[in-house]
Amino acid sequence: MTRRLPVAAAVLALVLGACTTGSSNEVEVFSWWTAGGEADGLEAMLDVFGEEYPDYEFVNAAVAGGAGTEARAQLATRLSQDDPPSSWQGHAGQELIGTYVAADQIESLNFLYDEEEWRDVMPEGLIDLISEDGEIYSVPVNIHRANVMWFIPENLEGWGVEAPTTWEEFLTVAEELDSQGVTPLAMGFQWTSMHLFETILLGSLGADAYNALWDGSGDWSSAEVADAIATFDAVLDYTNEDASTIEWDAAAQLVVDGDAAFQIMGDWAEGYLKSKELDPETGFGWAPAPGTDGMFQFLSDSFVLPKDAKNRDGAVAWLKVAGSQAGQDAFNPVKGSIPARSDGDRSLYDAYLTSAMDDWAADTVVGSLTHGVVANDAWKAEIDTALGLFLSDRDPDAFQTALAEACTAEGACS
Amino acid sequence: MTWVRTHWIPLAMLAPSVVAVGIFVYGFIGWSARVSVSDWQGLLPDYTFVGLDNFAELMTDRRFTEFDVINTVVFTTFFVLGTVGLGLLLAILLDRHVPGEGIFRSIFLFPLAISLIVTGVAWRWLMNPATDGRTSGLNLLFDSFGLDALINAWYTTDPPWGIAFVALPAVWQMSGFTMALFLGGLRAIPEELKEAARADGASELSVYRFIILPLLRPALLSALIILGHLSLKVFDLIVALTGRNLELDVPAIYMWTTTFDANNFARGAAIGILLLLSVAVLVIPYLVWSLRRETEL
Repeated sequence: MTRRLPVAAAVLALVLGACTTGSSNEVEVFSWWTAGGEADGLEAMLDVFGEEYPDYEFVNAAVAGGAGTEARAQLATRLSQDDPPSSWQGHAGQELIGTYVAADQIESLNFLYDEEEWRDVMPEGLIDLISEDGEIYSVPVNIHRANVMWFIPENLEGWGVEAPTTWEEFLTVAEELDSQGVTPLAMGFQWTSMHLFETILLGSLGADAYNALWDGSGDWSSAEVADAIATFDAVLDYTNEDASTIEWDAAAQLVVDGDAAFQIMGDWAEGYLKSKELDPETGFGWAPAPGTDGMFQFLSDSFVLPKDAKNRDGAVAWLKVAGSQAGQDAFNPVKGSIPARSDGDRSLYDAYLTSAMDDWAADTVVGSLTHGVVANDAWKAEIDTALGLFLSDRDPDAFQTALAEACTAEGACS
Repeated sequence: MTWVRTHWIPLAMLAPSVVAVGIFVYGFIGWSARVSVSDWQGLLPDYTFVGLDNFAELMTDRRFTEFDVINTVVFTTFFVLGTVGLGLLLAILLDRHVPGEGIFRSIFLFPLAISLIVTGVAWRWLMNPATDGRTSGLNLLFDSFGLDALINAWYTTDPPWGIAFVALPAVWQMSGFTMALFLGGLRAIPEELKEAARADGASELSVYRFIILPLLRPALLSALIILGHLSLKVFDLIVALTGRNLELDVPAIYMWTTTFDANNFARGAAIGILLLLSVAVLVIPYLVWSLRRETEL
């Protein structure tokens, strides 16, 4: 027996040795960019990283799954085992702050913003929304706009209607479309209802009152919120009856096919419309969601610096690339989003994206609920449940009460 | 000690799986139970003991009481009755020694080999509720045969009946399995019993009523247990059909979203424990019954 012991120890050492991967120059970046423009964009950004930091070895730890649901569950497992990647992707704002800052997992990046002078090139509204108590916790790589209404100009002409600019106008237009047998608004799974609701809240309350709802200074029980809910209720009557059975892209297809007139969706819808051989402006048109002209409701993918990062220097190098003009201009044209920086090279972006860049620089910046900017996950989940109940019973008073309770229980009102 | 020495090989063979099951099944059940009485919200574990607060919260949670529980009851009823009924019918038909029995048996069993996700996606197309120019799937089929009365909203029907339509693909998928169970049971019934009954002047219907069905009771019980616990765990089929739509919410989906989307591990564990208890209510009597039978035999 004693003779066998060293052999067993050697085998064990081999097995354990194989488990602990990685040399010191590896930078392991965790994301959910595994397909399409996102994966290609990541590759393009990697090229920039490879050129600027040839000494580091990049390890792509991407996990597939829509909007990162599966990836985040896996990341939670790794964090609980004290095995964080060098950096990971998260929706900028409260989703990230409520999860990782609350758990003391990530470092403040103020030093990097000072060093790289990013505050000069990123809008103040953005910095506010992705900070907590003056500390900035992530580097936004891209910006998507949530409050966009998509349509096919040719179809609108055929039906004799114009893109509405207020929700009141929308309801008039919707009545007209309905009488012609056209679905006014294309919707999909339940999350697209939350997406619609946040744009109606914004359009109905305006930017300041909307922001106030999320920082705790606003009143969820107010008459203004009741009005927004009433509008939401009215608009829901003009959506496709199979909404709860299709994803957002199938809903976009209804607009392309002329079965529906409008879709309110984030500007990733542009990529879908372009894949249908439609050109911006001539083939498809867009406008801010009704009532939200001059407001840019954003969401952003960003990267963080874990506390006690493996290879901290490598992680910081990655963040520098993610926040750099070169990195963002490599990633965004391919993914179909705009850079968080205001100094992107406009010649790289198409007609829609350049118009979004103009708005990003000029508009009031507010954050999206559905995509993790303004509310943490717990709060958002409560709102999602309240919304689901409302979609089922359509009781506006109960919905408003539930929203107010959610703010007290999980949100900023507590 | 001598017993250990003579039996050390089987003991050594058993040990790894006993240890693995002990840790990964019973260990984690215990851990979930611990989390379910804790205050763990967020990524960092918080084992503060809060008693049954999480369970009490669920009892007043409209999502849990008005949707999850009711949906589970409706789904289980339709799924179990449908699968047992259809499986029994298929088994009785096949038991008549039809030509090509082997082929039919395989065809009825094939759906079992398909992942529920795939079933869900395929039935999402079949049960498309769109109307007017966009009618498709089964509704289009009904329409072209002039069976307009059958056109319906399928699983977008108002609660609580929408979930009953979700049972449809599940019945389609699992009835081959119950057919196999019942067919095994039918084939085990000695021909002499049936012959004796017929000789005594029993009609074919009475033979089924008084001879065959009573003798199928063990197969029926196994089917009820297996289907019952499957329906309590239903998750993937619904997610594939409709994403996360509260009207079709079930405890397993609520458990997933509250745990991984909202980081409310305590509530997730509480739902998990309730699911475990409801499965236990089904399975434990069955285990007791079958253990007792084994000792009797």
